[in-house]
Amino acid sequence: MTRTRLLLDPTACTAHGLCAELLPERIVLDDWGYPIIDGGPLPGELEAAARRAAKSCPTLALRLARERR
Amino acid sequence: MSGPAGLPRLLLGIGRRALTLEENAALHGELHGRDRPERLAAEVGRSGLGGCGGAGFPTEAKLRSVARAGGRPVVVVNGCESEPASRKDRLLLERLPHLVLDGALTAARIVGSRTIIVAVEEQASRAADAVALAVAERPELARRGFVARVVGVAGGYLSGQDTALVAALGGAPARPSLTPPYPSERGVGRRPTFVSNVETHAHLALIARHGSGWFRELGSAEGPGSRLVTVAGAVAQPGVVEGENGSPLAPLLAATGGAGEPLRALLVGGYGGTWVQPEYPGPAIGRGVGIVQALPMSACPVAEVARVTAWLAGESAGQCGPCVHGLGSIADALAELTAAGDVSGAYRRVQRWCEMITGRGACAHPDGAARFVSSALCVFAEEFDDHARHGRCEACLRRPVLPLPSKELLAA
Amino acid sequence: MILASTVVGPSTDWYLTRATGIVALVLLSGNVALGVLDVSRVSSPRWPRFVVDGLHRTVALLSVAFLLAHILTSVLDSFAPIGPLDAVIPFHSRYRPLWLGLGAVAFDLTIAVVITSVARERLGYRTWRAVHWLAYASWPVALLHGLGSGSDTREHWLLAINAVCVLVVLGAVAARALQCWSVAPRAAAIGVAGAVAFAGGVLIWLPDGPLGHDWAKRAGTPTTLLAPRPATGVARR
Repeated sequence: MTRTRLLLDPTACTAHGLCAELLPERIVLDDWGYPIIDGGPLPGELEAAARRAAKSCPTLALRLARERR
Repeated sequence: MSGPAGLPRLLLGIGRRALTLEENAALHGELHGRDRPERLAAEVGRSGLGGCGGAGFPTEAKLRSVARAGGRPVVVVNGCESEPASRKDRLLLERLPHLVLDGALTAARIVGSRTIIVAVEEQASRAADAVALAVAERPELARRGFVARVVGVAGGYLSGQDTALVAALGGAPARPSLTPPYPSERGVGRRPTFVSNVETHAHLALIARHGSGWFRELGSAEGPGSRLVTVAGAVAQPGVVEGENGSPLAPLLAATGGAGEPLRALLVGGYGGTWVQPEYPGPAIGRGVGIVQALPMSACPVAEVARVTAWLAGESAGQCGPCVHGLGSIADALAELTAAGDVSGAYRRVQRWCEMITGRGACAHPDGAARFVSSALCVFAEEFDDHARHGRCEACLRRPVLPLPSKELLAA
Repeated sequence: MILASTVVGPSTDWYLTRATGIVALVLLSGNVALGVLDVSRVSSPRWPRFVVDGLHRTVALLSVAFLLAHILTSVLDSFAPIGPLDAVIPFHSRYRPLWLGLGAVAFDLTIAVVITSVARERLGYRTWRAVHWLAYASWPVALLHGLGSGSDTREHWLLAINAVCVLVVLGAVAARALQCWSVAPRAAAIGVAGAVAFAGGVLIWLPDGPLGHDWAKRAGTPTTLLAPRPATGVARR
């Protein structure tokens, strides 16, 4: 079974904050506006929202990684 | 295979000047260039050697991943000893350059490389000269098709971070990059690169001669062999000592003449390390314990920590928000606490922020700084409490004790 | 009054191409402003970031849709000799080659922006960003194309629409420049100066250009298509 998880490239992130708006279940913003990502495996029902969050990142810092369990 | 018993090992025969090629051979024996790479790698694996630059990654595993990657691998000896109080790597390069080169050649043999780069900070001219001279003493390197050179890298706290070093060797600014890809897959010039600390290479040189059994005669099962530790600060004779891996710190401090004056605390692992009580047995010699700084009772720990943290914030590569903003905020709050007391809850914010920035950068810089600060808050709880109530103390006005790179030196 | 026959006069497509062209320009102008809002991270509880960003992307697609309709109808239309290649190869057409050609330039720039945006994840952020700057360039080119090749330029309502478009884009550029001032003062100054110079230049050119006499002929309309000068008020031909 493949699960996806969220991966952030902190060098590319410039704190636009769209990801936290679109996936508040897994992403919150820290005191400076940068995302704190829960990097655990995503349950099926969050996958579509996670994909959307990754696509909406203006700097492509957020991506979805696939792993085999 | 066997070798000399006990200590010293790396520091055997060390003198006031660099040992020549003949002296090195007389001391340790010849390095046979005939061992098969696989056999050498297995020996390194059995020895249990881990990296001596702080992270302690198993050396055999790193060597194997570079060897597996194929291509035209590069061996880098990481001599960018950017921890301000550390001296061990420069000592090895200045006084025992042939030992280090032997280690680099061993690594090169294992991964199938013909390129050796010894990286040092630009201002470490003595080390650079010593290595260059040592390379010149070994014309057979060029005859065997090796390229061995010394490269000066712009100094900076992060210049020794392996991905930052790889970037700097490629002519780019010394900034860490997100891994994967690791340097072992894509490093200098996009080639698979074995980057390892100077001391690690020195250990390799001896393991190649005396074997893994000999290496394991000292130390413990989890942490075999010997390690170098720089002892600095309020001790009678600061310097570099060699100790058995896994053994307690106290004898090392005794070896440096003991505490010159009453101690307030020990800082273990540099400015990305941990503060411990001086009486506490503390961590044993090993991974992350390459440097011990003794803070005298006369110093103000709050002012010292605030000063170093401000420096650490300035040394950020500036790439990752949590590091740039987090360290900046922490440094500002500590400065406020030191001078004016805890007017606006600075103490609580610092604790919160240390947790907030850990694990969220592209490298371990924010993690180390957070560890440095939060262990200080713990060990110096009384002193921080005192500052929170009253602001500056008398000790704050004294000259700072913890060393930071001098701007004049860097500008020269 | 001249009765135009469908054989020798403008067709439905000719009207459609003008209409869709105008709408495309309006949407593009508005989208420049939306793009500035997006990059400036403007947001509120009712207009979160992802909405502003989504709006920018959607309006862009909408303007491209109208742009495609504009191109299609101008090619289909039999009045002016515009072929499909004229839409992508600048200055290639027989109808007002310079002014139509500018439209082709604007379209080519738009294609580059669209393709890189669609393939963003594969190309990487830096490549995408570099090409995206061309979007700023496509607007003045599109405006000039409209003023020069459009047959409604003299109409008051269209002059008003064009003026609003110019003001919106000038405002957006000024806002962006203000924001960037601390980080890149030279680039900001060049951007504002360029935009103001362009607007001023257009204003100066208009009276002798599209608003002047015989523009259709001067712009390169094939003589066969030129409306004859009514000498006595009765159509000849």
